[in-house]
Amino acid sequence: MTTLQAPIQPPAKSLRWGEGALIGVFSLFALFSIVVAAKAYTPEYAFHAYLFAAASIASVFAIGNRYMNRPAGAVPQFIDGKPNYNMGVVKFGTVAAVIWGIAGFLVGVIAALQLAFPIVNLDLPWISFGRLRPLHTSAVIFAFGGNVLLATSFYVVQRTSRARLAGDLAPWFVMLGYNFFIVIAGTGYLLGITQGKEYAEPEWYSDLFLTVVWVTYLLVFLVTLLKRNEPHIYVANWFYLAFIITIAVLHLGNNATIPVSVFSPKSYILWSGVQDAMFQWWYGHNAVGFFLTAGFLALMYYFIPKRAERPVYSYRLSIVHFWALIFIYIWAGPHHLHYTALPDWAQTLGMTFSVILWMPSWGGMINGLMTLSGAWDKLRTDPVIRMMVVAVAFYGMSTFEGPMMSVKAVNSLSHYTEWTIGHVHSGALGWVAYISFGAIYCLVPWLWNKREMYSVKAINWHFWVSTLGIVLYISSMWVAGILQGLMWRAYTQLGFLEYSFIETVEAMHPLYVIRALGGILFLTGALIMAWNVWKTITTPQTAAERELALQAAE
Amino acid sequence: MATQGTSIWSKHQIFEKHSYWLMLGILVMISIGGLVEIAPLFYLKSTIEKVEGMRPYTPLELAGRNIYVREGCYNCHSQMIRPLRDEVERYGHYSLAAESMYDRPFQWGSKRTGPDLARVGGKYSDLWQVEHLNNPRSVVPASIMPSYPWLAKTRLNAKHIGEEMRVQQVLGVPYTDEMIAKAQDDLKTQATTDAADSDGLQKRYPKAQGRDYDGNPGELTEADALIAYLQMLGTLVDFKLYDNQANVR
Repeated sequence: MTTLQAPIQPPAKSLRWGEGALIGVFSLFALFSIVVAAKAYTPEYAFHAYLFAAASIASVFAIGNRYMNRPAGAVPQFIDGKPNYNMGVVKFGTVAAVIWGIAGFLVGVIAALQLAFPIVNLDLPWISFGRLRPLHTSAVIFAFGGNVLLATSFYVVQRTSRARLAGDLAPWFVMLGYNFFIVIAGTGYLLGITQGKEYAEPEWYSDLFLTVVWVTYLLVFLVTLLKRNEPHIYVANWFYLAFIITIAVLHLGNNATIPVSVFSPKSYILWSGVQDAMFQWWYGHNAVGFFLTAGFLALMYYFIPKRAERPVYSYRLSIVHFWALIFIYIWAGPHHLHYTALPDWAQTLGMTFSVILWMPSWGGMINGLMTLSGAWDKLRTDPVIRMMVVAVAFYGMSTFEGPMMSVKAVNSLSHYTEWTIGHVHSGALGWVAYISFGAIYCLVPWLWNKREMYSVKAINWHFWVSTLGIVLYISSMWVAGILQGLMWRAYTQLGFLEYSFIETVEAMHPLYVIRALGGILFLTGALIMAWNVWKTITTPQTAAERELALQAAE
Repeated sequence: MATQGTSIWSKHQIFEKHSYWLMLGILVMISIGGLVEIAPLFYLKSTIEKVEGMRPYTPLELAGRNIYVREGCYNCHSQMIRPLRDEVERYGHYSLAAESMYDRPFQWGSKRTGPDLARVGGKYSDLWQVEHLNNPRSVVPASIMPSYPWLAKTRLNAKHIGEEMRVQQVLGVPYTDEMIAKAQDDLKTQATTDAADSDGLQKRYPKAQGRDYDGNPGELTEADALIAYLQMLGTLVDFKLYDNQANVR
């Protein structure tokens, strides 16, 4: 052994275990996809297999490229004593949410116009209403809402745990994989690939892929919680965790299918008829309960206190709210199946729990609203707070309307009518979209180190234009739904049904036009937001402003 | 923060400080409702009742049903008549659980932008259906349904219908090996007026209606399959013979 001192060298760069494994898996999967594409039963399925192959090859190159450009050592967990947060994925998800939101609202407007003016279907298979409607629902719920949830959960779990997001490539796999799933699902509907189950239309291979992405999501979230530097898990994270776990369970239960062949896009589900119906609405209602409610309540519990600079109103109320909400929601599914072939006792259980659900829902609403105690003046001065408070108010309204509609006597009128559509949109536009817009308006300046959004005036415009749109939308659908329900059951004095079905369709026309107008206004508001986000990100700031922004971000 | 020590609220800390306990708590809470509501449906008499007349779909009907699903008809048409006076008078006998026992997926729907289709079979002529699919406004001027002109022009691709029946056989649908072996023949037989083997088709699938549906005997189109499906909807159970007390305990 010589004692010659070697010059100090940086540690040799080598492929991390995860990088190597992913390159291997993606290479094999690209090969497999090409074989499937070559032997596919339908050209539509072959197209999807080629998309999988292309995405896999792109992933191999992206991982290789990233390896060439990255420093040799491990990513530091802390820099100067502060957590080295991973905000790249959050930025991606935030921008993706804005883009998918616009796409989803636009498809909704087209679908609304198709119902008012059937010529808008253009006699083309790909955009006929039956294929476009699932595209609209998936784009707004899973693409827009999903990206908001992914981005905010990755942001909130890091900030409230004071820890860097777990995993190196895993968060990116979750973010990009989820968005790729959206592309596969959406193009599938347009090409006629669907399971024919509402809000669960993607076929078996998209479902399998989503399962892999979702389990990775759960792991990233959970491991980040495990390595937190705070003694307590913050309340928003309880809701995120319940959302992630429950969606996994629902997804697996409702999509238990056997594919016809690995070369066929078609699959058949394990259960049929009434069992399938119960599974579907156990899934469907809890997609509302855990995707559109629990997930977005997490936003409420983080962004409202943060923006108002007030603590959450009541800690005990949040505990009661959380456990009661997740326990009771699961039971409510059968209210979608009143007076059907589902046994009466199941319908009654569904109705009872739906009515009970009103209480935890309003408990949560009170907890959100009262967080503004001592900061009510901000409603006047801060349009972002106003947007989020109006969101919580809409949450309260639709969680009252829902239990009411689940009462069998009310449901006998409202079921199958536009009232349901109105109810869904008061929740989706008023609650989900508004709390998301509020979170985006908070996040964009925080993420890109700006003091505020580019234009506060534009936020005001967005708020008022969209609110007018929501009012037009839901009031026209209430009138349409109740009118429809009453016309269907109207009798003449001689005891005959008064209206033929087509007369009830004709009565809808003016209301469909007003609804489309409401949708156009809502879309306009979102376009104003997109412009504002774009300007905020791209406009350079003066040094003084940057200093202020950095202080504000502390 | 909760007061420490004796307060019951402090017990909640176990969920706030241990993510595994939190996860376990969530799993327990969300499992109960689903189990109570779903599990009994697999053995209760009223949900697994057998009703005289129900049989699996013929290959042509199944192919038609796949088109019904593909085009998203369920977005506007329900297949579930509720036991309410106006619905029974408008659409016919209320729907039985058994009538969707071979439906994978079920197509009860949740919205009636158009009318219920659970018993549309035989309500209109084949020609009406062809015209209506091609352009709904040619027969119902105020209709807002999209036109489906491509159905009558597209040759039916049902090469793998036997495989699809095989998968359903695995899932418990009573397709026999003979039915699967004869799938392609039955497909053509049912779409042909006065076909040679129509007796065989009847034996395998009682009440199967066999004829050229789309008015174009030269070609087996998607319209043939879809109309064959629509024309059989709700026709299998004979309600003159149905005993609604048979499954009451």
